[in-house]
Amino acid sequence: MIRPYLAVFSARFRLLLQYRAAAAAGMACQFFWGLIRMMIFQAFYENAVGSEPISLNQTVSYVWLSQGFIMLLPFRVDGEIAGKITSGNVAYELLRPTNLYNLWFAREMANRITPVLLRATPMFILATLAGWLRWPGPGNLAAVAISLLAAVLLSSSISLLMTISMFWTTSGRGITLIISPLMFLLSGMVIPIPLFPDFLQPVFRALPFIGLIDLPIRLFVGHLSVSSAVGVLVYQLLWTAVLILAGKLLLQRGLRRLVVQGG
Amino acid sequence: MNAARLYIRYIGISIRSQMQYRASFVMLSISSFFATAIDVVGIWALFERFGTLRGWRLAEVGLFFGLVNVAMAIGDAFGRGFDQFYRKVRDGGFDRLLLRPRSTALQVAAQELTLFRIGKLTQGLIVLFWAAGVLNVTWTAGTILLALFAIFGGATLFYGLWVLQATLCFWTVESLEIMNAFTYGGAETAEFPLSIYRPWFRRFFTFVVPLACVSYFPALAILGKEDSALGSSRGFQQAAPGIGVVFMLISLQVWKIGVRHYRSTGS
Repeated sequence: MIRPYLAVFSARFRLLLQYRAAAAAGMACQFFWGLIRMMIFQAFYENAVGSEPISLNQTVSYVWLSQGFIMLLPFRVDGEIAGKITSGNVAYELLRPTNLYNLWFAREMANRITPVLLRATPMFILATLAGWLRWPGPGNLAAVAISLLAAVLLSSSISLLMTISMFWTTSGRGITLIISPLMFLLSGMVIPIPLFPDFLQPVFRALPFIGLIDLPIRLFVGHLSVSSAVGVLVYQLLWTAVLILAGKLLLQRGLRRLVVQGG
Repeated sequence: MNAARLYIRYIGISIRSQMQYRASFVMLSISSFFATAIDVVGIWALFERFGTLRGWRLAEVGLFFGLVNVAMAIGDAFGRGFDQFYRKVRDGGFDRLLLRPRSTALQVAAQELTLFRIGKLTQGLIVLFWAAGVLNVTWTAGTILLALFAIFGGATLFYGLWVLQATLCFWTVESLEIMNAFTYGGAETAEFPLSIYRPWFRRFFTFVVPLACVSYFPALAILGKEDSALGSSRGFQQAAPGIGVVFMLISLQVWKIGVRHYRSTGS
């Protein structure tokens, strides 16, 4: 019974692949952004004393990786699903002989994976040729691949939770609007998480967001060793499980109080 | 009705319509506040870690940050009509504007005054006042006027960028995100002293998109610092924000060329 979900995933994947012009423009913009950030960090590191928690080379790689993976962040809810909830067309979805949460989850996974592939591939090629992005050995690379998949799951579970909240606040891009900028900060998009003061590190570790961008990237740049990959994966998957469970419960309650207007 | 009164009438309507959705306005304002606040946290953390940035202190960077973000908030609020112009091209709505006996730039400009930018504005002002208080600057009428001039020049410069983005729509509506590199990317750049960047990059933001003229140069004059990196004179630093105004005026001329190239989608 996994075939319908695979079908939804692949349909969405192929649809999103069509938006190549937008991805190219977005990539160019992201590339420029990466250049700015890289120069800022290089200037700051002139004051480095050698005891920094992450080296300049690692930070530069971190900048390019985070620019490439930016679309992993669940900073938008799926417009079509949101539209179905506000218009009441979610009723049609309920008629399907599939699990609603799983169906949406498959869609969200495609929403994450496609734009990341479109943007990251050319960006990493350019950054590698320029010598800014340094690649790890095969061991770390395998760990990165697995933890990126876990990041996709985690991201999908967060974005579905935000979507499902719309059963209560239908005007409700509200929650997304507030969470998205905070998520940028807490996931490592603004500056690499290790550069934050030490007393703030427990705050980041207590939240799920470093599992989206920061942890996979730290495995990539070698800030975390292969041996800590298992811990990273457990962290990501535990959070994913909790958030999926919360999403399913909320969806159930949301559907129970759902009133669809006829006509 | 003259152009100014018509503009005010349009803007009044825009404000009233936004106030119909009060909850949405509050949410968007908070979001807009956070969007720049996270950058402040990032910059603070970097100074906490590294102490200084090529001899610049946190409060000095705060002055750059405050000036450019206050200017951008104002430019964005007024330039929203141009920012969203691609919709009018895509759905053919621009045809209706062409039928009216008023300039197209006036009508597009008057589409919206985005109130929720008040979030970013507040955030920028907090940083600006904090920096103004912490820095060893004697605030005279001269320096205050120069700060206001820099904000005005910056707002017109960002406005000009939105006009150019809208003008691009006469040729393509697909790849507009590219302009974000200059608007948001430019703001990001101007939050730090220009002297930290590579020479080609400095030249780009001085001569092509003259953001340095509305932040770096006037800020040096306010701080009473010598420009050891680029060697600009004090007189130039004080006059530089005027280049932002010139940039907007040129953009509006480019807009006129664009309008002549307009082909309706016919839908």
